[in-house]
Amino acid sequence: MSDSFTFTLNDMEVEASPGETILQVAHKAGLEIPHLCYAPKPGYRPDGNCRACMVEIEGERVLAASCIRKPSKGMVISTQSKRAKSARSLVFEMLLTDQPTQDTAHQPNSNFWEWTRKMDIKNSRFPERESPATDTSHPAMAVNLDACIHCNLCVRACREVQVNDVIGMSGRGVGSEIIFDLGDPMGDSTCVACGECVQACPTGALMPANLLDKDGIYIGDADKQVKTLCPYCGVGCQVTFHVKDDQILFVEGRNGPANENRLCVKGRFGFDYPRHPHRLTKPLIRKEGTPKIADEKIDPANPSSHFREASWEEALDRAAAGLKKILDAEGGQSLCGFGSAKGSNEEAYMVQKLVRQGFQTNNVDHCTRLCHASSVAALMEGVNSGAVTAPFTAAKDADVIIVIGARPEQNHPVAATFLKNAAKEGKQLIVMDPRGQELMRHATHSLRFKPGSDVALLNGMIYTIIEEGLTDEQFITGYTEGYEDLKKSIKDFPPEKMDNVCGIKANVIREVAREYAKAKKSIIFWGMGISQSIHGTDNARCLIALSMITGQIGRPGTGLHPLRGQNNVQGASDAGLIPWVYPDYKSVENDEVREIYEDLWNRKLDRGKGLTVVEIMNQINAGTIHGMYVMGENPAMSDPDVSHARAGLSKLRHLVVQDLFLTETAAFADVVLPASAFPEKSGTFTNTNRQVQMGRPALELPGDARQDWWIIQEIANRLGLNWDYSGPEDVYDEMRQTMKSLNGISWDRLEAEDSVTYPCDSENTPGHEIIFSNGYPTANGRAKLVPAKVTPPDELPDKDFPLVLTTGRVLEHWHTGSMTRRATTLNTLESTATASIHPKQMLEIGVDPGEIVRVESRRGKIDIAVRADKDVPEGMIFIPFCFNEAAANLLTNPQLDPFGKIPEFKFCAVRVGTSKTVEAIS
Amino acid sequence: MSIGRKEKRMDKSSPFFPKGRQVEEGALNQIKNLLGNRPRRTDLLVEHLHLIQDNFGYITAKHLAALAQEMRMAMAEVFEVATFYAHFDIVLDGEKPPPKLTIRVCDSLTCELMGAKKLLRSLKKNLDNTVRIVRAPCMGRCETSPICEVGHYHINKATLKKVIKAIDKGQTDPEIPPFKDFNSYKTDGGYLLLENCLNKKHTVDELIEVLSASGLRGLGGAGFPTGQKWKIVRSYEGHRLMAVNADEGEPGTFKDRTYLESDPHRFLEGMLIAAWVVEAKEIYIYLRDEYPGIRKTLLEQISKIKSEGLSDHTTIHLRRGAGAYICGEESAMIESIEGKRGLPRHRPPYVAEVGLFGRPTLVQNVETLYWIREIFERGPDWFSSHGRNGRKGLRSFSVSGRVREPGVKLAPAGITMRELIDEYCGGMAEGHTFKAYLPGGASGGILSAEMSNIPLDFGTLEEHGCFIGSAAIVALSDKDSTRDAALNLMRFFKDESCGQCTPCRVGTEKATKLMEQKQWDEDLLRELSNVMTDASICGLGQAASNPLKMVLDHFRDDITFK
Repeated sequence: MSDSFTFTLNDMEVEASPGETILQVAHKAGLEIPHLCYAPKPGYRPDGNCRACMVEIEGERVLAASCIRKPSKGMVISTQSKRAKSARSLVFEMLLTDQPTQDTAHQPNSNFWEWTRKMDIKNSRFPERESPATDTSHPAMAVNLDACIHCNLCVRACREVQVNDVIGMSGRGVGSEIIFDLGDPMGDSTCVACGECVQACPTGALMPANLLDKDGIYIGDADKQVKTLCPYCGVGCQVTFHVKDDQILFVEGRNGPANENRLCVKGRFGFDYPRHPHRLTKPLIRKEGTPKIADEKIDPANPSSHFREASWEEALDRAAAGLKKILDAEGGQSLCGFGSAKGSNEEAYMVQKLVRQGFQTNNVDHCTRLCHASSVAALMEGVNSGAVTAPFTAAKDADVIIVIGARPEQNHPVAATFLKNAAKEGKQLIVMDPRGQELMRHATHSLRFKPGSDVALLNGMIYTIIEEGLTDEQFITGYTEGYEDLKKSIKDFPPEKMDNVCGIKANVIREVAREYAKAKKSIIFWGMGISQSIHGTDNARCLIALSMITGQIGRPGTGLHPLRGQNNVQGASDAGLIPWVYPDYKSVENDEVREIYEDLWNRKLDRGKGLTVVEIMNQINAGTIHGMYVMGENPAMSDPDVSHARAGLSKLRHLVVQDLFLTETAAFADVVLPASAFPEKSGTFTNTNRQVQMGRPALELPGDARQDWWIIQEIANRLGLNWDYSGPEDVYDEMRQTMKSLNGISWDRLEAEDSVTYPCDSENTPGHEIIFSNGYPTANGRAKLVPAKVTPPDELPDKDFPLVLTTGRVLEHWHTGSMTRRATTLNTLESTATASIHPKQMLEIGVDPGEIVRVESRRGKIDIAVRADKDVPEGMIFIPFCFNEAAANLLTNPQLDPFGKIPEFKFCAVRVGTSKTVEAIS
Repeated sequence: MSIGRKEKRMDKSSPFFPKGRQVEEGALNQIKNLLGNRPRRTDLLVEHLHLIQDNFGYITAKHLAALAQEMRMAMAEVFEVATFYAHFDIVLDGEKPPPKLTIRVCDSLTCELMGAKKLLRSLKKNLDNTVRIVRAPCMGRCETSPICEVGHYHINKATLKKVIKAIDKGQTDPEIPPFKDFNSYKTDGGYLLLENCLNKKHTVDELIEVLSASGLRGLGGAGFPTGQKWKIVRSYEGHRLMAVNADEGEPGTFKDRTYLESDPHRFLEGMLIAAWVVEAKEIYIYLRDEYPGIRKTLLEQISKIKSEGLSDHTTIHLRRGAGAYICGEESAMIESIEGKRGLPRHRPPYVAEVGLFGRPTLVQNVETLYWIREIFERGPDWFSSHGRNGRKGLRSFSVSGRVREPGVKLAPAGITMRELIDEYCGGMAEGHTFKAYLPGGASGGILSAEMSNIPLDFGTLEEHGCFIGSAAIVALSDKDSTRDAALNLMRFFKDESCGQCTPCRVGTEKATKLMEQKQWDEDLLRELSNVMTDASICGLGQAASNPLKMVLDHFRDDITFK
């Protein structure tokens, strides 16, 4: 570097770059300096408090902490002077005084103990202090403050890295103490159990609770470490599984591009579901004469009530024969298949290939239909690409960040940390959502608009930008089409008229619009609050228009980012688990494209679009679809109006389900095939940032469970397809033959690099994080602006059903709960199905927290306990859809967005009855 | 050994509420009313905590939770600040609020010499539990020790009788001694210099030159040349700020209090001139909470000068400390003004470049500003013409302990302890023979009577392992044990350590424990002292062992060794 300079370190001349610390330079020069409060990891600033890294600078009165002190030119520094060594050694001795002894240490392999061994510090000559209380209140983390050295790393972890702001340092001096909230036991605090503090702690004062025996002594030595991924959300965190005796002991975050060592509670502590007693380890065949009853509940612990165990041979034969029988008798349109966004890219590809090649239909879909289908529809229409234009880490480069219809702290917790980091650095964060959320504490603007009024609010913003001349005319002229129509249609939506519709004051709408438009760099993130609506596509069109008319796209710090839900929803969509497209979004109706696949797969293929998830359920109920193959999906929980879906599933003549557990869907199966859990398989996964990443097996398959790819292939071959993959790598290679998006991203490269972003020019270059810097992959290279109408939600509250029900997730549970409710820690942390209601609303209804109420819609009813939650607006009720004992989707409205075919999960009318009122009615 | 176990409290964690402590509506409304239309900026956290403490007499957990929500802060952030400062009484769930009236008994060195321990015992024995009696560090009135504070009423030369009388009379408000008010200050030519500066009759360079020539140095303890400091701060571009250190907490120091109590406008004028020189857009005066009377005076007088149009060139904020000695350290003070715990910052960067709110900041002690007008009026030579033993300038010595006439002694820089006692303090107190002295408060070390001919000034004591600091002189006599004095001082540092760095947090605690032992482990104590000095982040930890080292060096007869 041109500004680099030299100084003297232990009589050597060393070179330093501006900004480097003495410790960094020393480490580069191969010198080891002890350190405790310093963590050389992204996001952790040096704090210089432990004084374990002291060095002597010639001419200075006192020693300097090398972790924080930057050298200057010509300095003469010694790490080995008597003073420096004595200081470091006595610091360790002081800290050692109040530690548990080495043989009773909580974490004998911690940074602290490693250094004391290296420095040969065995005893302390100082009198001890009284040691503080142990905190065993949290199910997943032990707080052993007797080992705390007040280094503040956990505070930085919680406050500056993850920005969960739960941990603090109370008191002062020797009375300083690590606290949670107001000195509350960790388990009673607002802790979200991301475990960042545990990962940061250098002494074992904060630890995974399961690594300690009842006396607080370490039992955590692992046999092996496996570098892989988190199986849950679309963030795509890289993790290391620490495995002992074929069990995952604990999980650490790795420095992946999407997580920089961070994890959330699910990734950190939700790892024991593969070894849950419910895990299926033998193929199951439905017992002869066992009827499928739509509202019957089968105990997943006891499949033998309805199923018998079978050999793989018999189960596969039966599974394939049932499908083949329908195919032969009624043709491919009577069959359908659901793949999963939880499976790998290879598995997704195989499922769509099985359905298209083997079932001879395009009736293949997956849960993206229920998440971001409308976002993708709008993006395909607008820019002919369904993926994000920039990673969520681009928030750090933005000046204004809009988060709308998303609760990333619950659903994309690690992505949320990057948004909060940006807000802490002074970026404008604008959060728009009817429900309150903790993210709003960090926001410069929080707009809690009326449920279902997204278009009104967003059109008000577009109006403002156009009326006030805040558009980027050059961008509009150069890169878009349809602006004049938008301009004309937007005239009907001035903020002064929209304020009543959306409940946000006109001046606030205008102010936010100005902030977004005027900023040099603005970026928009959205979630299912935007997409899961009958006007979801219109919502997303507004966001696209906002970015296009202001030119806030295609540059660092700008763009559009629908936060994708499942760990591989991007990859599963890319791989063609969509009824109207082949891999890479190539239309099934395009002859040229189809011919490519007909050649590749050596068979004539279905020429028309297939049916989507909800449409398939309708067709089953209508009696035109009779056979279904499901890999890892759970429509009996995830579909809207699940009574209808369950009725459909019960009518199927033949249902094959490939899963880990006897899910609500598998309960209707004729054949259940025990499959592989994420930690047992290898494969590639594509996260919300378009990063293709490598997952690796850490555990053996339990019992007679099998790899998913193997199962799919066995079915395919029983349908006469002659597949011959020897494993995921073969499948991936085949995908690369037709998928341009995987250009430059070979299996070997992923093995070596763990993560590569697509699109990517070549094997030797990094992928493009930001896309659309120069036009759009549309026919004319322009993005299409599409005006959006204000459409009210399909089912408005009325006298009989006066409240709005909205559904979603909670932090601890994943999707339908089939994995997380079987993860011990997660289910301990969030064990009970609850309906969140505002305390004032509760008063009005006449219920207390914890009371069981009956929530009823036109489609169904559930009994559920009430949670008092001020974040839910009055007039609304929120129920997560992960609890099978009170399935929210019995209530939801299956009305679809006309373009994305996504149901309106976020809005339906319900009433809430208390035990008294319910009795009175019945 | 562990002293307890925190377990999940079933009454608190329930699936029927969101995770963690919930804000109570009633408490939130109380906080909203109390804060009124005050800004909710996080730098006002300490001020807002004072509001709650003043209003309720203590701060409950539910109020902390409500305050956090109202200020959009994390509960932990609020809690750590609230528990850092001694003057906030935090009442957690299930804890009993303290009695309405608190009596603080100073147990810093001078007061201890003058019988604080006995007073504390006798108060505890004779007063019932309707009052709370707590020990407290130096209250800056050492010339009339022992001191205690009943509510906010300070009792000089406190006795049980005086305390009972104050309680009975309900005398809990600060007493404000008569001072030179605005009009009489103005009549004496006050604010003329400021007006002349504002009217451009003087130039900035002229001011800097005069100050530089006078040799005026920072009188808070560091002794940095004032004129030079002004130049340095002016050299940094941007929105410059000024912070006034009125957190006079060094045990034995009471000069700033004396000047503020008697002639506040002289200080205010100096402050406004300095702000004019460095073009500070805003001035933050950080006044220690132990001086409630001065706070009242300053609030009134600041408002007066504002109405007189004398502070139009800047904006003055008066901020209130909350019982933390460390906040006298300039970067800790800045943190505290920002509403945070008073943790000293690492240097570089220095506060002149990156100070308050990250801006270039001029930090000045009260007394330094106090002299500006007089130096300018009398000319730089007047100030530098004083001095003895080759030293120049005037120093305000706060003299307390075993002298006949304790008090603030304006004396030439470089005067020796012997001269100070004889010429300014009327000799030693009746029946006391001079044995030892602290030349610079708690942190400046202890010297023996044989060393009473050393000139007292910046830079003259360092070779003896001491420094003058804020010129707080405590005289000890043959009736006093230097071992006990050193232990008192080490305890003080243990109580006042911010806890940030190991050598100070653990070092002061271990040193106290070792010094409490009948027989001292000299080698270990020396080793520990050296590392505390070498490796602590700030002056507190670096100087905390000075008295200990001096006692080991010069008063070996007072100690039994292992």
